[in-house]
Amino acid sequence: MNAKLKETILNPLFKGNPITVLVLGICSSLAVTVTMKGALVMALSVIVVTGISSLILSLLRKTIPGRVRIIVQLVVVAMMVILVDQILKSFEATYAIDKQLSVYIGLIITNCIVMGRIEAFALGNKPWPSFLDGVANGAGYGLILLIVAFFRELLGSGTLFGIDILNRFGYVPNNLVILPPFALILLGCIVWVQRSIQKDLQEK
Amino acid sequence: MEYLSLFVKSIFVDNMIFAYFLGMCSFLAVSKNVKTAAGLGVAVIFVLLITLPVNYLLNTYVLAPDALIEGVDLSFLSFIIFIAVIAAIVQIVEMVVEKYAPELYSQLGIFLPLIAVNCAILGGSLFMQQRDFLNIGEATVYALGSGLGWFLAIVSLAAIREKMSYSNVPAALKGLGITFITVGLMGIAFMTFMGIAL
Repeated sequence: MNAKLKETILNPLFKGNPITVLVLGICSSLAVTVTMKGALVMALSVIVVTGISSLILSLLRKTIPGRVRIIVQLVVVAMMVILVDQILKSFEATYAIDKQLSVYIGLIITNCIVMGRIEAFALGNKPWPSFLDGVANGAGYGLILLIVAFFRELLGSGTLFGIDILNRFGYVPNNLVILPPFALILLGCIVWVQRSIQKDLQEK
Repeated sequence: MEYLSLFVKSIFVDNMIFAYFLGMCSFLAVSKNVKTAAGLGVAVIFVLLITLPVNYLLNTYVLAPDALIEGVDLSFLSFIIFIAVIAAIVQIVEMVVEKYAPELYSQLGIFLPLIAVNCAILGGSLFMQQRDFLNIGEATVYALGSGLGWFLAIVSLAAIREKMSYSNVPAALKGLGITFITVGLMGIAFMTFMGIAL
């Protein structure tokens, strides 16, 4: 694997993270971070959607006229999201996936990460790097989701993936952490930590 | 009374931003000063108010099980139909406003096309589908309420950010970080409305 591909994969995970650096796709993400399981399902769905729609649109990039490209992109992304949603629905009963998640899966369509990466990368690059770029950006997004969910589930319910961690030591779950606003405060702290390490990202 | 309680609830209790994080991207990007924030807020109210009732009708008479053809459930198509309707309506609204209200058009300017990909709009339609409203009146009231809630949130954040530019924030928190934390604290303040039973 050459250096450029490696950069394509590693950059979105930390240095160019879609959430904390590019500020893309916060909309649909934070409500699903109450539990690790919800965050994991959402992260995997986004990875699949960004990866495959980047691949498809990169294959089509020479045949799409510039003026109608947004609509073509929306159709491809919506199709992928419908597939993911239908697959999740069939597992809903087996793995007890929250029904509310369906709304947020639907919102992947308007998730700026997907459209942003297609516009910025897939339309100007070959299929294989585009696919990797999509997957890596989905993974960078998933990483932040999992970090937020880790703290929210651990402190809010005393569990991780539903397995008791803190409660057995007499921990009293903190309900504030489960409330939606806390996700934003945690995200602010993640940005804080990242920008303390990477000083070049700090805003004037 | 039913309508009033739905209206107040959708503004304060089920606030699009503070309870569901919908429309976050433009919320963070366009909240640097009050005037532009108010412009985007008005545009969101406007588009929600048109798209939500249309999507309600489509959902009830076309997509719902047994609605169009006996025994056929088309609800799996709802994502693609909703987003197509939203994109089309935003385009039409843009053209109509440009023709008949050029003043408003120059004020809303770039915000109108951006709204097609605002999660608050698609989110409104998806929540509408999940809540099973009884009639189009309820859907319209819900749209107005959510739009107003969004407007309220973005204008107040913009006002706070305008004041915050004078304060001494740690270098690494400047900009994005402190904005996230501010929105979080505003969200906690909005939580106080949760106890209201209507």
